[in-house]
Amino acid sequence: MSAGIDLEGVCCDFGSFRAVDNANVSIRPGEFFSFLGPSGCGKTTILRMISGFIDPTQGAIKIGGKDMKGQRPNQRPTALIFQNLALFPLMPIWENISFGLEVRGVDKATRRKKAEDLLKLVDLPGAADKMVSQLSGGQKQRVAIARALAVEPAVMLLDEPLSALDLKLRQHMRAELRAIQKRTGVTFIYITHDQGEALAMSDRVGVMSQGRIQQVADPRDIYNNPVNGFVASFVGENNIFEGTAGAASEGLARFDTAHGAFRARLAPDAAGKPVKLYVRPEHTVLTATAASENSVPVTVSEVSFEGAFISVHSVSDHGQTITAEIRNDGSATVPQVGSKLHASFEAARAALLPDANVRG
Amino acid sequence: MQDLLRRYGPGLTGLICLLVAFWLVMLVIVPNVTLFEQSFRPYLPVVDIGGPKDTYSFRNYLKVLDGATETSLFGIAFSVPVHVKTFFQTIWYSMVVTVVCFALAYPLAYYMAKVVRPRTVPTLLLLLFVPLWVSEVLRAFAWWIILAFKGPLNVLLQGLGLIEDPIRWTNMGYTGVMVGLVYTYVLFMIFPIYNAVSSLDTNQIEAADDLGASWWRIHWRIVLPHAKPGIASGAVMVFMLSAGSLLVPSILGSTTSQWFTQTIDQWFKDALDWNTASAYAFLLLLLCTVFVSVAMKVFKVKLSDIAK
Repeated sequence: MSAGIDLEGVCCDFGSFRAVDNANVSIRPGEFFSFLGPSGCGKTTILRMISGFIDPTQGAIKIGGKDMKGQRPNQRPTALIFQNLALFPLMPIWENISFGLEVRGVDKATRRKKAEDLLKLVDLPGAADKMVSQLSGGQKQRVAIARALAVEPAVMLLDEPLSALDLKLRQHMRAELRAIQKRTGVTFIYITHDQGEALAMSDRVGVMSQGRIQQVADPRDIYNNPVNGFVASFVGENNIFEGTAGAASEGLARFDTAHGAFRARLAPDAAGKPVKLYVRPEHTVLTATAASENSVPVTVSEVSFEGAFISVHSVSDHGQTITAEIRNDGSATVPQVGSKLHASFEAARAALLPDANVRG
Repeated sequence: MQDLLRRYGPGLTGLICLLVAFWLVMLVIVPNVTLFEQSFRPYLPVVDIGGPKDTYSFRNYLKVLDGATETSLFGIAFSVPVHVKTFFQTIWYSMVVTVVCFALAYPLAYYMAKVVRPRTVPTLLLLLFVPLWVSEVLRAFAWWIILAFKGPLNVLLQGLGLIEDPIRWTNMGYTGVMVGLVYTYVLFMIFPIYNAVSSLDTNQIEAADDLGASWWRIHWRIVLPHAKPGIASGAVMVFMLSAGSLLVPSILGSTTSQWFTQTIDQWFKDALDWNTASAYAFLLLLLCTVFVSVAMKVFKVKLSDIAK
């Protein structure tokens, strides 16, 4: 039913602009896979190549092991959910959903039944005879999913379908999408620029920048062990220090900065490359006395209350802003603005990462 | 009105209103009302106008039923008043023109709206507009030359070996009139359809494609329903303009073709009977309007859709 997808050395050029560069990724059958990246990073181009609207300039796309070269969108076992959903406004909901079956010559009674079954699956019973314009944003979303599921695709492709919804509904639809994917077992490929969305829903995430896939890993790994500076800063916040890396032993390397020498984890393939030190605000602590290592004297400049945590911004003697997050568990003491403290972090929590993997 | 006053001041506002009123009253309402009034009065010598014989009646309108002629349709021979026959021929061939215009315009409009790169569209539009800069009379005469017995079309077809002997195009019933009318009015079909198709979200076409639809089903289920108001307004315009055209049938007509407007023209200019001519003109207007309304009912198009 569901199929895996292999991208093998896929490139896509628009004139002299290379939108996707040497993409190699193997998506497993039944997986929820997200492509995450800023706009213009090539993620939508990848999606359109998989669905067949664009042909790759080089490389092969295989769905279920079968090369898709020369296969039109209407011949591929994929169903695409468009960013603006692209529902057919002149057809009632049930005809929208069963359009793919109508194309396949299924008789009207069967189509109607299937449409109603799918409406139940997406939790929208009784909407069969409504028109698209009568539905709310979230309901249209469900209809679009039902329409795509109706053709029983092996792969569902979703192009930022939640971006038009408000925050609460978006969070609800995340869970809903995930549940529908689990229920149907179809491979989902999800495109988004929202890191929260990608991390919360996916089995694995592929982070993209400037046409290249930077890292493919499960959400935890993406967040905890980013392979380069782009991934680290696109997914989550960081305090970043510039400097030069020294010799490494047992994975930890010396890193000389304007603030003195630090110690941090050196990314495996970063040896010899220029690196920066990245440490998450939640791994940065503020203390009254200096720590034994990786410690910077700072002055608290701003305290912002975020609800679940408190974000403390401070400035070092060299003018660098360092942010620390304190969990708001009731026991935390919130530092006053202007107080002089020491910011520090564990060597194992800080990573020395090269810049993004780009061409040239 | 308040807005207009504030923006242009009383002087200019007054002038604008006056000009609009003049245009509406003197150039539209008065001539039509005059003709309408005339159409109910008999055609009389000058001395009798305003006299006891000058009374209102439907006699002018009923003249279309005079003068029966033998005709046959689908092999069935029957007798029909000659002007009624002309009227139905006008309606029928105007429908043919409308259908041919649609068949030509739809693919072209779709091509311009969805296929061609947006940068080339202005060039294409210009190419379509250029013939419109030439006067309608000249264009009709140009076709008269093209279709002539020893004209370019016959030379070309003979050169290509498609025909052996030249064809008398302008003497083949309504052929010349059809060609001329299609050429003159096809643009009125292209632009409304182009506008309608342009406003269709391309994602809908792609979504249908992605769901497995063939190209004809994409057109039948997605593009055509969306373009329906545009098609309807194009069809109404082409039909009304064709049925009301006098110039093209006069220049490109054959000895066996007769357009209803030519009959009206003959009442005006040959019979000098303006009263009957007016009656015929209003008859044409009324019946065409009825016909279009019925056609819109059949195709489930609302007037408000067209107005968009």
